[in-house]
Amino acid sequence: MYKRQLLRASAGGALAVGGLGALSACGIPAAGNTQGGVPAEDHSKEEKTVSFSNWTEYMDVDDSGRNHPTLDAFTERTGIKVKYTEDINDNTEFFGKIKPQLAAGQDTGRDIIVLTDWLAARLIRLGWVQKLDPANLPNAFTHLSAQFRDPDWDPGRAYSYPWQGISTVIAYNKKALDGVEVKTLSDLLDNTKLKGRVGLLTEMRDTIGMTLLDQGKDPAAFVADDYDAAVARLQKAVDKGQIRRFTGNDYTADLAKGDFAACLAWAGDVVQLKADNPDIDFVIPDSGYMTSSDAMLIPNKARHKTNAERLIDYYYEPQPAAELAAYINFVCPVDGVKDDLAKIDEDAANNPLILPDKAMQAKSRAFRSLSSEEETEFEEKFAKLTGA
Amino acid sequence: MATATEAPPLAPAPETKPPRPPRRRGRWTPYWLLLPGLLWLVVFFALPVIYQASTSVQTGSLEEGYKVTWHFATYWDALSEYWPQFVRSVLYAASATVLCLLLGYPLAYLIAFRAGRWRNLIMILVIAPFFTSFLIRTLAWKTILADGGPVVDALNTLHVLDVTAWLGWTDGDRVLATPLAVVCGLTYNFLPFMILPLYTSLERIDPRLHEAANDLYAKPSTTFRRVTFPLSMPGVVSGTLLTFIPASGDYINSDLLGSTDTRMVGNVIQSQFLRILDYPTAAALSFILMAAILVIVTLYIRRSGTEDLV
Repeated sequence: MYKRQLLRASAGGALAVGGLGALSACGIPAAGNTQGGVPAEDHSKEEKTVSFSNWTEYMDVDDSGRNHPTLDAFTERTGIKVKYTEDINDNTEFFGKIKPQLAAGQDTGRDIIVLTDWLAARLIRLGWVQKLDPANLPNAFTHLSAQFRDPDWDPGRAYSYPWQGISTVIAYNKKALDGVEVKTLSDLLDNTKLKGRVGLLTEMRDTIGMTLLDQGKDPAAFVADDYDAAVARLQKAVDKGQIRRFTGNDYTADLAKGDFAACLAWAGDVVQLKADNPDIDFVIPDSGYMTSSDAMLIPNKARHKTNAERLIDYYYEPQPAAELAAYINFVCPVDGVKDDLAKIDEDAANNPLILPDKAMQAKSRAFRSLSSEEETEFEEKFAKLTGA
Repeated sequence: MATATEAPPLAPAPETKPPRPPRRRGRWTPYWLLLPGLLWLVVFFALPVIYQASTSVQTGSLEEGYKVTWHFATYWDALSEYWPQFVRSVLYAASATVLCLLLGYPLAYLIAFRAGRWRNLIMILVIAPFFTSFLIRTLAWKTILADGGPVVDALNTLHVLDVTAWLGWTDGDRVLATPLAVVCGLTYNFLPFMILPLYTSLERIDPRLHEAANDLYAKPSTTFRRVTFPLSMPGVVSGTLLTFIPASGDYINSDLLGSTDTRMVGNVIQSQFLRILDYPTAAALSFILMAAILVIVTLYIRRSGTEDLV
């Protein structure tokens, strides 16, 4: 018995010593300051193809469900084949997926990726995406709508162009509300009749942004104290049991079933939910609403940069932009599509959630960009609010 | 023993050499056969564990990179910050394990001794939920337990929810977004892991032992207590381990069926890794969870006295 213990102890000791060496050999290299991005040799001329990674259900589909008419039209006109993959489900998860390659300066195998602007901002900050060539983007430059033109994280759109805009509004289920009136976020947070039937979003910028607006602050120019005040306001509602859940995209099911009487929601979803269920509607608070966008980016070392730029530019022509907007119902970032859209779908052309009118645009607010330290600190506080 | 009596007891025969092992060439074969498994273990288990161990003592940021600084305080910080989630994970996983055992034992008993020709069919029904994804199965519970749905209405009419609300398991007249929903989801998702090992060890029990007990005037309850249950202990132990260990690290059930006050340690690890990008804390939390499970499991196996049976 003694011998066995001794053996075990010495084996443990050896393991520990070896382990220490192995442990200190590990480490994650710095992201590297590759400001301006790292281009690869552009194979656009020889290889007539472009690889496009996008979110699920974020592209028009024909009746057969297999073809994407706008992409097919692009291939027909330019001869460039599009390898279209719907492999983005969640910003944070996708970042985890491509991070090792980008940090190591390798090709991700993708020429265009579509990420929500806060993550786009992070990739630009880390120098992991390439600067776009304006010469290849004439349509994009002319038709980009004013509210998306000059984000503080990418002035003048040097690295990114919006794929679609996303408005965060308050949605409700009339049947579940049962006569309760909601007009502001405060109604959601305070009305005891809605206890346990209110949903907020796990996207920190949307939930905090709407709270800041409700408190009369500007999400585009707030300070740390304002952020803490917004978190405290939400924490009070959480402690009271007012908030049922913080959700990602899955809030749509809760709202349709009536488990959520009211919640923060993305306008594109609301348009679709409303079509299926007349009880669902939305309200835009007087204090304003949050607008963000999903931005197209060309990651470092992408092999087909010019092809990618041509594809980005193509979606800024009014005709394909209108076709896309008619199908996916998000905020169209392209100016001058109204006539084309009206030809396809009159209602969509008049829907301020898809083509925001002047009054809508005036109420739209964006979340300011955060430094790396702020991002960590704010996300941590927000995570505590959501329970983890 | 028989050969020992034939040989002279003390004087060894001088001329007879021990016969050479017949197949010397095959001596390394077992090791070669072990090699793929070992490699698999090293590449997909040992290396990631070492990598995580290293991450947990690093400091830095995404921009500046992470360096090993032997910053063990991360462990203490993580534990003091997130101990409620740890306690909750253990509590929920233990509750789900007990529920699984209570639900699974009778079913496994039925399949093993009473099902007859239905045995295969019932086994298929037990495994059938695995044909769809974990996520879909969990989401289905959101429909089943929806507010104002038939299940919740029935529970409200019977005032069951008043009792569970008093116990703090539910909140108001709903089940979803409460601890009860999370524990139910865990129980449902891990039930087959309990039933299968239970069935295997129950099925191995010789039915004649039951007859023998009966012949010795044991009541059915005594037979169960003194014969069946002790013999099924290996199944109980492996079933509870297979349920408890994955359940304590689960985060999907808490995410979909729970609320802010039901977050488990899996949720914390997920948000540290993906949202906050605090890799050291996430790695430290993972190690604390591993250590906690190891301690709990060791104590449990020692106590249940089935070290050699598992």
